[in-house]
Amino acid sequence: MTSVAADHALEVINLKKAFGGLAVTQNVSLTIRPGERRLIIGPNGAGKTTLFNQISGDMRPNSGQIKLFGNDVTTLAPYQRAHRGLSRTYQIITLFAGDTLEHNVTLGLLGLRPSRWQMWRPLAFYSDLATEARRTLDAVGLLHLADHPISEIAYGEKRRVELAMALAQKPRVLLLDEPLAGLSDTERSTVKSLIASISRETAVIMIEHDMDTALDLAETVTLLNYGRVIVDGERDTVIADERTREVYLGV
Amino acid sequence: MKWIAAALLAVALVLLPFFAGDFYVNLASQMLIAAIFALSLNLLVGYGGMTSLGHASYLGVAAYMSALLTSRYGWGHGASAVFSILGTTAMAGFFGVIALRATGLGFLMITLALSQVLWGLAYRMSGVTNGDNGIGGLTRPMPFGISLDSAAAFYWFALIVASFSFLMMTVFAASSFGSSLKGVRDQPRRMAALGFNPWMIRWITFVYAGFWGGVSGLLYVYYNKYIHPTSLSTTSSAEALLGVIAGGSGTAAGPAVGAALVLLLKNYVSAYLDRWNMLLGAVFVFIVLVMPTGIVPGLTKLLQRRPR
Amino acid sequence: MQFWIIQGLNSLSLGGLLFLLSSGFSLIFGLMRLANLTHGAFFMLGTYFGAISLRNYSGLNIWVAALGAGIAVAAIGGLFERLILTRLKTNPLGQVLVTLGMSFIISDACLMFWGGDSIPVPTPQSLQAPTRVFGFVFPTYRLVLVGCAIAAAIALYFLLERTRLGAMIRAGVDDRQMARAVGIPVSRLFTIVFCLGAGIAGAGGVLGGPILSAYPGLDGDMLPLALIVVILGGIGSLLGAFVGSFIIGFIYTFGSALFPELAYIILFLPMIFVIAFRPQGLFGRVGA
Repeated sequence: MTSVAADHALEVINLKKAFGGLAVTQNVSLTIRPGERRLIIGPNGAGKTTLFNQISGDMRPNSGQIKLFGNDVTTLAPYQRAHRGLSRTYQIITLFAGDTLEHNVTLGLLGLRPSRWQMWRPLAFYSDLATEARRTLDAVGLLHLADHPISEIAYGEKRRVELAMALAQKPRVLLLDEPLAGLSDTERSTVKSLIASISRETAVIMIEHDMDTALDLAETVTLLNYGRVIVDGERDTVIADERTREVYLGV
Repeated sequence: MKWIAAALLAVALVLLPFFAGDFYVNLASQMLIAAIFALSLNLLVGYGGMTSLGHASYLGVAAYMSALLTSRYGWGHGASAVFSILGTTAMAGFFGVIALRATGLGFLMITLALSQVLWGLAYRMSGVTNGDNGIGGLTRPMPFGISLDSAAAFYWFALIVASFSFLMMTVFAASSFGSSLKGVRDQPRRMAALGFNPWMIRWITFVYAGFWGGVSGLLYVYYNKYIHPTSLSTTSSAEALLGVIAGGSGTAAGPAVGAALVLLLKNYVSAYLDRWNMLLGAVFVFIVLVMPTGIVPGLTKLLQRRPR
Repeated sequence: MQFWIIQGLNSLSLGGLLFLLSSGFSLIFGLMRLANLTHGAFFMLGTYFGAISLRNYSGLNIWVAALGAGIAVAAIGGLFERLILTRLKTNPLGQVLVTLGMSFIISDACLMFWGGDSIPVPTPQSLQAPTRVFGFVFPTYRLVLVGCAIAAAIALYFLLERTRLGAMIRAGVDDRQMARAVGIPVSRLFTIVFCLGAGIAGAGGVLGGPILSAYPGLDGDMLPLALIVVILGGIGSLLGAFVGSFIIGFIYTFGSALFPELAYIILFLPMIFVIAFRPQGLFGRVGA
């Protein structure tokens, strides 16, 4: 890894993806600095989640490049990207419903450790995993529910477990897909301050429809529409931009 | 309470030959073998969510290899046991690469097709396998010079192997790898995003299950001193799968109990009438329709409810 | 030369039979997402129905027997689908296991009713005389059988592509939720397709009778061939089933003739090849 690599946490270069005749990502390029707070906005169907899926490796682009800290990861599998410091949450909650909160977060920790291959020792043997998982749950304010199965907790709490699983991995690039979706006002402010407290060693890229909350968290904003980057830059510049109004107000 | 029950069961299992006749001791040996086989399938079906309809391949191939090496090539039991298990495990490695190109129903169909090919081979390659006549006149090994020809001696031997297998497979399921496996079963995409390699986790499990399937195959051929293509048949795979499902897939001991029950039923029915396959089919339909989570979890739930 | 020509024709006729078996399997899988492991048993049941009725009623014509057996097997399939499979709509794995159980029941019932000896199905009198083409002698029945399979393929193609029922089936294969949303009676469609698939297999069983004859274990011999055909051709694709059937027909026939002991291994190679390089099968759109 060269020193140049550290300039960008994530680079997306000329990314293209089409389903049949439908182009969902058209020549998208982005650069994210380490520790940056980026908000991705755009109307429904603008290709935001599809872009995330390509960055995380769940979906292969038709062409273009994705670089993490200067290294090309375009052809790497999702798990390989995770080991290079990328974590994500999902818009639709995908947790392990029958397992406890602690176990869910522990899986997040285990994913990056060699002990995930260990076949002869019970998971409970790694007490540091449990300690770490509980610490993370404490950080998101769910320690009191650590021993409850996911299926017993409320929706807003599940959203926070999603976040805890990703945070436990101490990612250098974190993709948050609508972390505030479906939350009540109080839950919203809890999650908001949680996201605000994420370490500056992590670059956070967030898709969110709730502008009032999300804009406070963002430093930079990218506006997507029909799979294209319409405007990209400092938050206030993008908000003030005429094209942003066009997309949102249809002027 | 639980521990006392387990200890009592262990003592009863060890002492069985002292109070049961040869017929029952032999039946118990067969149940142990069926239990190992079903437990190995449970690793795939229960913990891995990979429903295989070809698990008899591993039992049958290990049994055939041992039979051929000892009877035709005059190998000693030790060397042929090691070689049979290695060969079976290697085959599982290869079959796993093919079958794991698909998941779900595709996986099931490929495993079924692969095992049917082996079954057909066992019939057709009569120059090697002796076809429909099977290979008979085999001997049992003599570990440390101890003869296993009596019902009791073989039973204890099988009990040792079965206990060890049960321990190894239970530890496997409870290990951190086992957690990875269950995670991949429930949310493969999520697990990949967390840094787990789903394909590799499935493949390793497939190979491990093949290994223990091979172990059960060795015991099977030692017990019967005879091997026939039916050991590779879909019926054989289906019996094990029924044991797993009836006992409760994804539980530690359920499949062993389920397999033992299937074997009991088979022996009991076969003594009176010739319609085992029909009954096997009917029980399949019944279990899936009426008790989809299995007998053991169902009973456990009942027992847990009582004290309250 | 005669050897190659005769084996070639045998390959074609086996391919035709395999198509009658696997087209229904593939249709059912495509629409219902159900691996119907009873399909081999349906085929065998058809063969037995044909063999028994032709033995007992000497005046009976094989085509009538095939039609009758097809209807009978379709009815049995329909009952099975209505009474059992629909109860397991949300449990795809349970459905497969039940079809496996059903196949055991049917094959054991055949053994119970008709014994362990194989029962021959006579070749129809009018087709017993060989046909001579370009100086080569062909068994006429096999030629006719190939014609039947092609006719069935064309009929199925028209059914799927040119009729209202076919349009509904295609819609269901593409997107079941959407089909339901636009008012297609998906549940009834399932029953129809299951009956159709079972019926074709049953009729195919009768037509295969003069070549294979009815014997216990016929289902176990046919089912893996059907599985390999659809894995090869692509699950849910009619064209895939057609091409796959003839490929497997050729490989199996020539394999058995040239390397009798290794026929099964040879059968297995194209399947591995396809799974390795094109897991969705030759003509499949999505992976299994």
